[in-house]
Amino acid sequence: MNEQLAFTIEVFANGLMAGVLYALVALGFVLIYKASGIFNYAQGVMALFAAMTLVGIQNGQVPFAHLINAIFGTDVHKFGWSVHSFAAILLTVIVMIALAWAVQRFVFRHLVGQEPIILFMATIGLAYFLEGVADLMWGSELKALNVCASEGNCLPQGMNVWLEGTTYEALGYGFFIDNLDIVASIVAAILVIGLVMFAQYTKQGRAMRAVADDHQAALSVGVSLNFIWVLVWSLAGFVALVAGIMWGAKSGVQFSLSLIALKALPVLMLGGFTSIPGAIVGGLIIGVGEKLFEFLIGAPYLGGATENWFAYMLALLFLVFRPQGLFGEKIIERV
Amino acid sequence: MKYKLGTAAIAAIMAAGPVMADLVFPSLSYRTGPYAAGGIPFADGYADYFTMLNARDGGIGGVMTRVVECETGYNTEKGVECYESTKGEGSLVYQPLSTGITYQLIPKTTADGIPMHTMGYGRTSAANGDVFSHTFNYPANYWNGASGAINYLLEQNGGDLNGKKIALVYHNSAYGKEPIRTLTELSAKHGFEFKEVPVDHPGQEQKSQWLQIRRDKPDYVIMYGWGVMNQVAVQEAANIRFPMENFIGIWWSGSENDVLAAGDAADGYKALTFHGVGDDFPVFDDIQKHVVDAGNAAGAGDQIGTVLYNRGLYAAMLAAEAVKTAQEIHGVAEITPAQMRDGMEALSITEEKMAALGLPNFGPTFDVSCENHGGTGLVGMTQWDATAKEWTLISDFAPSDMDVIGPLIEEDSAAYAAENNIEGNCG
Repeated sequence: MNEQLAFTIEVFANGLMAGVLYALVALGFVLIYKASGIFNYAQGVMALFAAMTLVGIQNGQVPFAHLINAIFGTDVHKFGWSVHSFAAILLTVIVMIALAWAVQRFVFRHLVGQEPIILFMATIGLAYFLEGVADLMWGSELKALNVCASEGNCLPQGMNVWLEGTTYEALGYGFFIDNLDIVASIVAAILVIGLVMFAQYTKQGRAMRAVADDHQAALSVGVSLNFIWVLVWSLAGFVALVAGIMWGAKSGVQFSLSLIALKALPVLMLGGFTSIPGAIVGGLIIGVGEKLFEFLIGAPYLGGATENWFAYMLALLFLVFRPQGLFGEKIIERV
Repeated sequence: MKYKLGTAAIAAIMAAGPVMADLVFPSLSYRTGPYAAGGIPFADGYADYFTMLNARDGGIGGVMTRVVECETGYNTEKGVECYESTKGEGSLVYQPLSTGITYQLIPKTTADGIPMHTMGYGRTSAANGDVFSHTFNYPANYWNGASGAINYLLEQNGGDLNGKKIALVYHNSAYGKEPIRTLTELSAKHGFEFKEVPVDHPGQEQKSQWLQIRRDKPDYVIMYGWGVMNQVAVQEAANIRFPMENFIGIWWSGSENDVLAAGDAADGYKALTFHGVGDDFPVFDDIQKHVVDAGNAAGAGDQIGTVLYNRGLYAAMLAAEAVKTAQEIHGVAEITPAQMRDGMEALSITEEKMAALGLPNFGPTFDVSCENHGGTGLVGMTQWDATAKEWTLISDFAPSDMDVIGPLIEEDSAAYAAENNIEGNCG
């Protein structure tokens, strides 16, 4: 196989994988925006908070240990046990549901009917508050994240040797795909199918869609707005946990994890703020687009490091022709 | 009653107001934000050393020290605000802990007459004291680091790098770009092929860069990264099965934070350093006894011996030694920032001095002078042992190529002098 063609295919495939990871973050934004019209600035911090909580529970870390020690003069840091990954994930989901309830009860319940910009500002406040709570609760140091089914059977990292060997034998060039990216793609596919089925075939899902379509109409047929918003924030919290696991497994869990939200913005602009499939397709287009541009033009002619700005430029280009994004609902204002 | 209230008010004012007699060391720390994992241990090491001096020695020369911490979040604007809000406290020396903040503070500290120490970061050409009167970057700077890496590779390759390929993976910022000029000059001198691979901030996604490295197959990769960029780079290098022993990070890419997340895959990764690693130094016994056990540690006391804690402690030690030098020069115990500058300019770090401080062989020996604010530029190499989870110093502190670096420092500082109408401070 021609070497340049092989490289291009490899970049394309890795772009798809990167796009899936972007889409995982974007999904959380879509869920909340779709149901409540709130652009949740705190989605990245939610991923950080979820990942920190997961590692903290796994390692048997005492939450708020520094605060407890400072107030009571104690010296407690760990419970002395470790929790199995699956149990820790379950407990983290419960924490994220509690967070969703608290956000709804103490913040957004008081802001019903406010302008979207007020709700957006509230999520900015929430982001900084949550970051502070995460720091107090689990500490600022970097934590290694490892989700394991059993001893030595953890999230796989590194090159997929089978794929490399097979493609080398068949095409004369061994393609590189990261095992973690393959797992992330499978998880993302399951997540999207699960979310779509939930929205289509369950009572709560249908209620969620009703709220998304028209708050007043949904209220008039007996749908509880509070419950639906707690449900939506819980789902977004779960998606944040999944994104936090996948990104945290790559880099460790640390405060810069919240910056993954920056990767989701062009995906949302391109795919639309209200479409779950849009988040996936948008992620794939951004992932492939930025990687191919970097490979074909950025690195050879522009000195490299073009991915960040190219993703936004690509999204902007789509916006010019389709302001609501590829899969977003068409904006019709009746006057 | 009135008397009691008056006494209480005076006591409260005295307690709240600055104690001018202290030796004040501002700490522009970042315990929050995306780089907190690196900022916390440095700030802890810096504070703990001064706490130990107070508890063990009664301060420096009989005057107690006081660390004034201000949170920058590694943000340049906040860093400048911190400087403005703390300079009136009688601050003796600033450690901005950020190249961005350093660039903003160079003219300000010069105008205010307060010295600044940018150890292993900041503006490299500040090593020229004739132009940068109040900025010091001993014992080593970015260019020493780049040259130190090449010297190490020369040694590994029998003194010949001709035909070798060396890639620089760097944070696409002023900091990350610092070594490019030096490495370009060194590639011309030694005949190796030099390739630049920039990574945009924050560096959480580096697939393109490492696929490029997989295609180009460089013999060695040098990294100038910071924060999450380091952890992702080490993981991606492992993913493409790049030999870890051929992957060298600058000292800001060589802490426990940078390798722990990758687990066993990071084994063998190397990083440059200008100070010792580990906790096998007598000074740590004193830190444990006088600071941690006394309940006065700046943090949880669990960072002692980590790379960045040691760096903070080393910075504090160099500041304290400069104070002692200033006290000797001027014959006073309570020194001013101007006297502190004189102390820094006359600083001499010898092996005897380090051994007496409980830090034998902890760093390179060097002398500072009016012309040379950068020291001797000696750098060492460390290597990560993933099993033992510790860094080991695998080389001596060796000199960098001043034949290449010297003219670059001259050129850059001359340009700064011309821009700012500086005629020279050393006569």
